[in-house]
Amino acid sequence: MANQSNKNINTNLTKLVNQPYKYGFSTKIDKDRIEIGLNEDIIRLISKKKNEPPFMLNFRLKAYRKWRSMVTPSWPHLKFPTIDYNAITYYSAPKIKEKINSLDDVDPELLKTFDKLGISLTEQKRLTNVAVDVIFDSVSIATTFQEELQKSGVIFCSISEAIQQHPELIEKFLGSVVPIGDNYFSALNSAVFTDGSFCYIPKGVKCPLELSTYFRINDQKSGQFERTLIIAEENSEVSYLEGCTAPQYDDNQLHAAIVELIALDNASIKYSTVQNWYAGNEQGKGGIFNFVTKRGLCTGNNSRISWTQVETGSSITWKYPSCVLVGENSQGEFYSVALTNNYQQADTGSKMIHIGKNTKSRIVSKGISAGHSKNSYRGLVNITNQAIGARNYSQCDSLLIGNNSNANTYPIISVQNSTTKIEHEASISKIGEDQIFYFLQRGISIEKAVELMISGFCRDVFTELPLEFAAEADRLLSLKLEGSVG
Amino acid sequence: MSSNIPLLDVQNLTASINEIKILKNLNFQVNKGEIHAIMGPNGSGKSTFSKVLAGHPTYEVSAGDIILKGQSILELEPEERSHLGLFLAFQYPIEIPGVSNEDFLRIAYNSKLKFENKNEVDPIEFFSVITEKLEIINMDPAFLSRNVNEGFSGGEKKRNEILQLALLDSDLAILDETDSGLDIDALKIISTGINQLMTKDKGIILITHYQRLLDYVKPDYIHVMQDGKIIKTGTAELAHELELKGYEWLNSIN
Repeated sequence: MANQSNKNINTNLTKLVNQPYKYGFSTKIDKDRIEIGLNEDIIRLISKKKNEPPFMLNFRLKAYRKWRSMVTPSWPHLKFPTIDYNAITYYSAPKIKEKINSLDDVDPELLKTFDKLGISLTEQKRLTNVAVDVIFDSVSIATTFQEELQKSGVIFCSISEAIQQHPELIEKFLGSVVPIGDNYFSALNSAVFTDGSFCYIPKGVKCPLELSTYFRINDQKSGQFERTLIIAEENSEVSYLEGCTAPQYDDNQLHAAIVELIALDNASIKYSTVQNWYAGNEQGKGGIFNFVTKRGLCTGNNSRISWTQVETGSSITWKYPSCVLVGENSQGEFYSVALTNNYQQADTGSKMIHIGKNTKSRIVSKGISAGHSKNSYRGLVNITNQAIGARNYSQCDSLLIGNNSNANTYPIISVQNSTTKIEHEASISKIGEDQIFYFLQRGISIEKAVELMISGFCRDVFTELPLEFAAEADRLLSLKLEGSVG
Repeated sequence: MSSNIPLLDVQNLTASINEIKILKNLNFQVNKGEIHAIMGPNGSGKSTFSKVLAGHPTYEVSAGDIILKGQSILELEPEERSHLGLFLAFQYPIEIPGVSNEDFLRIAYNSKLKFENKNEVDPIEFFSVITEKLEIINMDPAFLSRNVNEGFSGGEKKRNEILQLALLDSDLAILDETDSGLDIDALKIISTGINQLMTKDKGIILITHYQRLLDYVKPDYIHVMQDGKIIKTGTAELAHELELKGYEWLNSIN
């Protein structure tokens, strides 16, 4: 019977997609954790624990008061229970006796955790051309290659360290791209963020290493609110990658991050993300709620910001990496692969705001939905009246696997001058039974068939990833999809 | 394996889709070195037969057996049947966006090598393997870098099927209306290719509506299928008679 066999095929496909999450373990470690709840005293406590200058406490309190006056956005195509912000711990850090001078002083339990995640912090095994900042729950554990980077004048450290060492840069730039009151989650993050990465590339320097931050949520009750700030001075260049994983818990953890990028004249920032937070189980229980505000400001002429994301994890993803193109001839790019499976929901896309003359932007979005998941692309291309000669190219492709998944696209284009050139392409396709059968008849296994089709579908995005991570992303997607096609 | 075992032995095969019986007690044999043609009106079950042989999951086999080179393949997955030497050239080869023909062909070839416990070939070694095969069907190497069947003309799609057959060197080839939609030049190229691939150890089943393919690829036997059964078997002469008199003629003599 056709129905029966279609069911078999879908079960095979589902098995293929539903590989166990291999980063779901948790680490037992002594924690310095403050009690649950959110109020001004908690914020004062966080600021005090971090020994922050007064301008930071004011920043946080202002954000908290703003947040109190706001409501959760209801426009995304997402369904989730009301989050009880008073049931969350806003600071949880592994207990560290003193300031760490060498990695030998890091708790071996932590080193083991990161070894298991494939991020080796020990000297011998480090990735040779990538400097890594490692964030565990609320704090940065270690940053590798700091000295090497300093030789070229690059500052790469945790944002807590930057607040201590470079307060003038923080005071000037923090919140300059994503204002405190930009949205509900940005206000929350501004009030309670505990760590993140800071990166400053001086004039004329091409950063000699790939920079990378690895985020790990370990604590069951804590939220992770990290803050990343990257400043690329005139004629500088940097490529940055973030990776994320979390243990497998039955309840949801909240992750609300902000990333701000600033590119001055002729500067170029390439920001790549491979997001693999725990996505919840096959029934949709557990998983990370991921609410992220990422925005880049191309303030300089001929500057360029490029976002590349591979989103495979999280129970809920709400994320729109954007570019504000102020400088003349500046360029913004967004390349995205978002994969949802089981009951995952993703509402993601990009905003390109054209202000300067001859600004250019490019959006390439690939959504893959399997299982009962919902995958939405939401985009805004806004060409203002000053943006003479602006150009945009957008491409949104959706791929459906199985019969129960859902794909939506909500592209908005707003043009306020007549010298603009805009192209928009969209497609939707399905991995069908007959395509799979064609592979099988030629002796190719179903796993290999899906892997080939998915990597073909995502090729335009994967070629944008730094070389070391392109293969990883390819592997990750096939792993996530194993068993889902049939 | 003793040489008197048939290449393919289909015994009392009954198969259905959506609980509608399509194949009814079908019996069919192919010996090594034989070319069989199956003709018959639309809807008689010819394409279903080819897909059931290849193990398409939409069809349910409720009775009978399919024996390939002495081994029942009824319980085997489509890819296992392929590895054992069964090849189906599709009537409508499907387009596979994003996957290059070259990758597809190489992975299919390597899957077979792996099954036979041989060393797989790298892309450079494969290039010389495939270049040789391209000559059989007179194909430009540029066609390797295009996506599988995507934007191919009808003739190119059919030639690509024969190229895959040549590459996998399968023992039993089922060609489902490989001649349909071809102009006379393409038909000649494909027929020449098929004849080159045929050896005394292999077998071919040609499913066709028309005599014209049989002018180029000479079958040893012709079968007429109707309502899920073989109702008549004869020599090449039968095809000529059918061409003249139509299928209705068979109904009148039965």
